[in-house]
Amino acid sequence: MAVSLAHYLAVAAILFTIGVFGIFVNRKNVIIILMSIELILLAVNINFVAFSAYLNDIQGQIMAMFVLTVAAAEAAVGLAILVTFFRNRGDIAVDDASVMKG
Amino acid sequence: MDYQTLVILGVFAPLIGAAIAGFFGRRIGNTASQAVTTGLLFVSCIVAWIVFGNWTWGELEPFTVTLAPFINVGDFQSDWAIRIDALSATMLVVVTTVSSLVHLYSWGYMAEDPDKPRFFAYLSLFTFAMLALVTAADFMQLFFGWEGVGLASYLLIGFWFKKPTASAAAIKAFVVNRVGDFGFALGIITVFWMFGTIQFAELFPMIASKAGTGWDFIGYRWSALDLAGFLLFIGAMGKSAQFFLHTWLPDAMEGPTPVSALIHAATMVTAGVYMVCLLSPIYEYAPVAAGIIAVIGAITAMFAATVGLMQNDIKRVIAYSTCSQLGYMFFAAGVGAYQAAMFHLFTHAFFKALLFLGAGSVIHGMHHEQDMRKMGGLWKLLPVTYAVMTIGTIAITGLGIPGVGGFAGFYSKDSIIESAYAAAMTGHSPFGLFAFFIGIVAAGLTAYYSWRLVFMTFHNKPVWKDEGAHHQDDHATDAQLETHSEPLADDAHAHDDHAHDEHAHHGPLKPHESPWVMLVPLIVLSIGAVAAGLVFAPSFIGDHEHHFWRGAIFVAEANHVLHESHYVPTWVKWSPLILTLIGTAFAFWIYVLKEGMAKRMADRGGVIHGFLYNKWYFDELYAFVFVRGAKGLGDLFWKVGDVKVIDGGGPNGVAWLSRRFAGGLARFQSGQVYFYAFVMLIGLVGFLAYAITSWGA
Repeated sequence: MAVSLAHYLAVAAILFTIGVFGIFVNRKNVIIILMSIELILLAVNINFVAFSAYLNDIQGQIMAMFVLTVAAAEAAVGLAILVTFFRNRGDIAVDDASVMKG
Repeated sequence: MDYQTLVILGVFAPLIGAAIAGFFGRRIGNTASQAVTTGLLFVSCIVAWIVFGNWTWGELEPFTVTLAPFINVGDFQSDWAIRIDALSATMLVVVTTVSSLVHLYSWGYMAEDPDKPRFFAYLSLFTFAMLALVTAADFMQLFFGWEGVGLASYLLIGFWFKKPTASAAAIKAFVVNRVGDFGFALGIITVFWMFGTIQFAELFPMIASKAGTGWDFIGYRWSALDLAGFLLFIGAMGKSAQFFLHTWLPDAMEGPTPVSALIHAATMVTAGVYMVCLLSPIYEYAPVAAGIIAVIGAITAMFAATVGLMQNDIKRVIAYSTCSQLGYMFFAAGVGAYQAAMFHLFTHAFFKALLFLGAGSVIHGMHHEQDMRKMGGLWKLLPVTYAVMTIGTIAITGLGIPGVGGFAGFYSKDSIIESAYAAAMTGHSPFGLFAFFIGIVAAGLTAYYSWRLVFMTFHNKPVWKDEGAHHQDDHATDAQLETHSEPLADDAHAHDDHAHDEHAHHGPLKPHESPWVMLVPLIVLSIGAVAAGLVFAPSFIGDHEHHFWRGAIFVAEANHVLHESHYVPTWVKWSPLILTLIGTAFAFWIYVLKEGMAKRMADRGGVIHGFLYNKWYFDELYAFVFVRGAKGLGDLFWKVGDVKVIDGGGPNGVAWLSRRFAGGLARFQSGQVYFYAFVMLIGLVGFLAYAITSWGA
């Protein structure tokens, strides 16, 4: 059975869903949120690459490169925030980070 | 100087004194303030005696000096004026004589007080307001004076305003008087509504023509004049402390004693009697209102006399005595003997001011002790005070032999009692006999409590000697709480005057006679108490009566009460004297022969003692009905009307609603990042789905 576009899209969708649930269901650790965001971005990348191959258009792969760059930058900034946050609060539990509660 | 200028001077001199002492008292100093007010009062007093002398023995005719317009609105015309007739001339003499003597007396009595200019300014202000009242030519100025004396009374009762009881008494006096003044104002309105004028000179001739008018209501015919007379009498009841509105007068004794003598004995409280006599043209055509006056007056005479029997505070005894004597005056006016009422007012001013100032001298000598149980045996130490107090007591008990003569009270009180009998016999008043019997019984009670005061104070064992040193320490607490004695020796009163140190607190109590500046007014008044009846009886109620009144008092054709009162049976003439002697003997027996018996009886208590000692429980009744009622009503409006309805529906309700709404919204602001993200995602999905379905279609 050949690997078709639908397979790629399904994997990407599954990854995306796992990433989203990782954000919403996880209540403990900010690092897991960051990792889940990586997962979502990966899912997006898979879509880009899959469509790029399917449509014979190089633009999708260029886009995937951009996304990787941005994801790396995002991870760096996110981790830096995380460190500062930990220094300030002494904790990185997600539930406790609710200063904006109305 | 003609009489017009003279009376203007006489009326306004006290106001000038009050203004000088009141506004510049601090700058010109104590002595100057005292001198200027007292001096001007004596000027006023001389004027009054010139007018009165020329009235009584001369041929002075009634006149009115119109000074300036007061209120001119449509038909409602009122002027500032000075009206001189028999009534106002009498009142001028009474007011200025007592007032000037009280001013003089206060030099001694208030010597230790730091606020002398204020005190003298108030006294003079009171005198001016009283003069404005008695010389009023219309109801508006009468009302002005009425309120003016009320104000001065309030200020002077609360003169020692740092003392809570004095403040409370001042407020009580003011509030109770408001009740009366409300009736008074309604009475004035009724008169204006009926006659279209409030000028006495225009009003009085019109009254006879309206005698029958009235209206039918719930099956009865209500006479308009009776209504007006009754409403005006409510004002008199408040000012003159008659039954139901009397509760403020005993408490008013919180004021300094000279104030009690001037305002709450001789002058202001007699304003009601003066007004009833002045309005004799109305009351002669208002039999129902006159009947009410007679009944209320008689009840007051009896009630106050019974309460006076049991009081231990020297000033309260005299206060109830005043209340009782005012009752006499009212029932005299009520049965139609206005002349006798005015005559009793006149003589009463002398001996009651004398008794009050004498009591003040005792209090001064005892270093501000007012409880008679702690006095006794003072006659040796205060001989002059003892002498004048005895004269005053004889005068108030009305000792005298019918047909021969006697002290001041004898002429006036017996005239009242005989008038009541005559009114009953001629059928002029249905309440004449009731008033007559109450009058003679109250005469006996008067003798008892008046002599009791003298015996307890001046005779007997000197109680203060035994208790001497130690009671001085605690008298400020327990005795004062019970008797409300004056606060000069009280720590609560924040006087730090040095003269005080020699007074009280140090060493055993040593009563002393008062200085001459206090004794001279007493001696002058005691001359009045002896002779006022003898000298003036022919003018007020005797043969020269018509000449004296010269139309100031209107007497209907059918009213022969005063004339008939001279021809009552012998037993009627002698009965007050007999009752008086019995009362005196009884007091002598209990308080001198059986010394100590009264105390044992009081300790044993009993229903009657408690009932009388607690003033028929009037204060408790009023506290229960009116004070608690008003509080309850206030609570209702506050807790239900204001808090629940207005606040609940208005600001608080709106606030509650927006809070509930905001609370609902605030749930979305959880502060959790994943929640925000989730909401964002749901929103995104929702919008996308919408976009796809709508574009797809």
